[in-house]
Amino acid sequence: MSILVNKETRVLVQGITGREGAFHTEKMLEYGTKIVAGSTPGKGGQVVQGIPVYNSVTEARAKHEIDASIIFVPPAAAPDATLEAAHAGVPLIINIAEGMPVLDMMRVVKEIKSLPGVRLIGGNCPGLITPGECKLGIMPASTFKAGRVGMISRSGTLTYEASAMLAAAGIGCSTVVGIGGDPIIGTTFIDLLPMFNEDPDTDAVVMIGEIGGADEEMAAEWISKHMKKPVIAFISGRTAPKGKRMGHAGALIMGNVGTAESKLEAMAKANVPVADTMDQIVELTKKTLGL
Amino acid sequence: MKLHEYQAKELLARFGVPVPAGKVAFTPEEAKAIAVSVGKMTVIKAQVHVGGRGKAGGVKLAKDANEAFDRASDILGMDIKGLTVKKVLVAEAVDIAKEYYCGLIVDRNVQSYTLMVSKEGGVDIEEVAANNPDAITRFAIDPIRGLRPFEAREVALKAGLEGNINKIASMMVGLWNTCVGVDASLAEINPLVVTTAGDIIAADAKIDLDDNALSRHPELMAYRELEAEHPLEVEASAFGFAYVKLDGYIGVIGNGAGLVMTSLDVVARVGGKAANFLDIGGGAKADIVYNAVKLVLKDPDVKGVLINIFGGITRADEVAKGVIRCLEEGILTKPVAMRVAGTAVEEAHVLLEGKPINIYPTMMQAATSLVNEVNAAGGKA
Repeated sequence: MSILVNKETRVLVQGITGREGAFHTEKMLEYGTKIVAGSTPGKGGQVVQGIPVYNSVTEARAKHEIDASIIFVPPAAAPDATLEAAHAGVPLIINIAEGMPVLDMMRVVKEIKSLPGVRLIGGNCPGLITPGECKLGIMPASTFKAGRVGMISRSGTLTYEASAMLAAAGIGCSTVVGIGGDPIIGTTFIDLLPMFNEDPDTDAVVMIGEIGGADEEMAAEWISKHMKKPVIAFISGRTAPKGKRMGHAGALIMGNVGTAESKLEAMAKANVPVADTMDQIVELTKKTLGL
Repeated sequence: MKLHEYQAKELLARFGVPVPAGKVAFTPEEAKAIAVSVGKMTVIKAQVHVGGRGKAGGVKLAKDANEAFDRASDILGMDIKGLTVKKVLVAEAVDIAKEYYCGLIVDRNVQSYTLMVSKEGGVDIEEVAANNPDAITRFAIDPIRGLRPFEAREVALKAGLEGNINKIASMMVGLWNTCVGVDASLAEINPLVVTTAGDIIAADAKIDLDDNALSRHPELMAYRELEAEHPLEVEASAFGFAYVKLDGYIGVIGNGAGLVMTSLDVVARVGGKAANFLDIGGGAKADIVYNAVKLVLKDPDVKGVLINIFGGITRADEVAKGVIRCLEEGILTKPVAMRVAGTAVEEAHVLLEGKPINIYPTMMQAATSLVNEVNAAGGKA
């Protein structure tokens, strides 16, 4: 029915006592997300939105079964909070923080890879949502409709935009994952495409890429070899100049690496249709699904 | 944040990397004094944030202090690719036997830094990468363990570098220590020179700092040169906006990096060209929108403004309020097209009713109408 999260997913909120943490805990609870515990060092024993707060992830884990954690702490502390969750054995960690030092994230991603069974999503991402079941992120709930299209995106707002457009056309999503706009992220297209490929409740995948790096090129290669389901792509930043960071730390063309042309070429080679505009995502998805 | 060569060399020297004796000079007199203290032939190098200084005449040799004065006089005030040279590095000239390349880049494909080493030093590495990729040896560094001397030696040998291999490897490790010590997103020694006497020295260097890590290196903030940045970029950073000045004529404001990037693409698609990238971020209130519109309109290149907001956490009515304030204060001197969707869009429509601001349901419609209007009015020229 989805990948990674569903209505059974038991969630921990790290940094639950902060302004953002408390606000989004409320929003996630409203959506029906099964939040079971929160943590903030030094605030153990408090209760936020009816959720018990612990001093550490380990303390929370001692009292509750936890399937996933979402982190609401400032960017300087977020890499450490990510490792705390990873070492406490939380299998799925969502890091939404924007502005973390790139070296810290290299070290975090490397360390997490050595811990079997732990997956990091982000940083600098909106999180993920299985519409109607579990919202594990900061996305506006109203734009997502349950259905059978999987979505993976480097951009938060484009995820909302594309989901809303699909929803307006009557097309819903199985799971939507915002993988983040940073150069070093825990999970990328080629980690998620296999999951959607195997998910019986996903019929097609929309992938929203952008300039910077070669993740889209690697995804195209994987798709051409292994993907059994149709994929529709969109690439943002086609007119962005070289050498300028376009908002996202990872949206940067360095020399000849990371250009939109290279990504479009790779998609064409893998026979992945690319939408030239956001509206075309809907048209292409409809066409692919025979709607 | 991009550093000048002299700043990069100061940092490298701090981490034990040998660099030629020298200092930065702001006047020919200072250049002369530095040349006197160096006491040998010097090289006078323009310090501007642009490549190709040598070809542009911004790098000259001086055999004595008087020549250093003359060459510094020539270079100071020179225009290199639109930038005025305000300072020069006066450094000991080195006797070059061999010139190599050694650099560290953030490489998302290996989720770490990649060390790149090449025998083809002293030239633009991007050209080498494009024309002769096999001339570059790459090594993904374990970000936790760091670059170890034996690894550096292996890379140097594989790349075919000749000279004292221990000293060369030691320079690579020094470059790594500098890179992680200052949180660089790019660190290069180019050329890494083997001198005729067999010494290894970093004859030129380039460092870009990771802006996200600057807060833990407060001492490096002294390297920031506000006057070298576009004034609108400086103002935008004070507001916390992600703003990039571009070379078109349509101002673009939106929420979310992806959405703004896509807005630039749409503007180009319908026959326009964006004058800027401006992301107001998530959850913006009326005053933030007001400041964003005001900032974009300060740019004389801007002939019209596209505001593209997808209301999620950001409320469309707040955006409308910000734009209305601009209108009331008489700031809206250029055509504005707004596309708002999502949260509180009905309220936004009510607020904007009867106001001379065009509001559209899709970004394509908003961009098309705006670009047509501006182009028809001769804005493109």
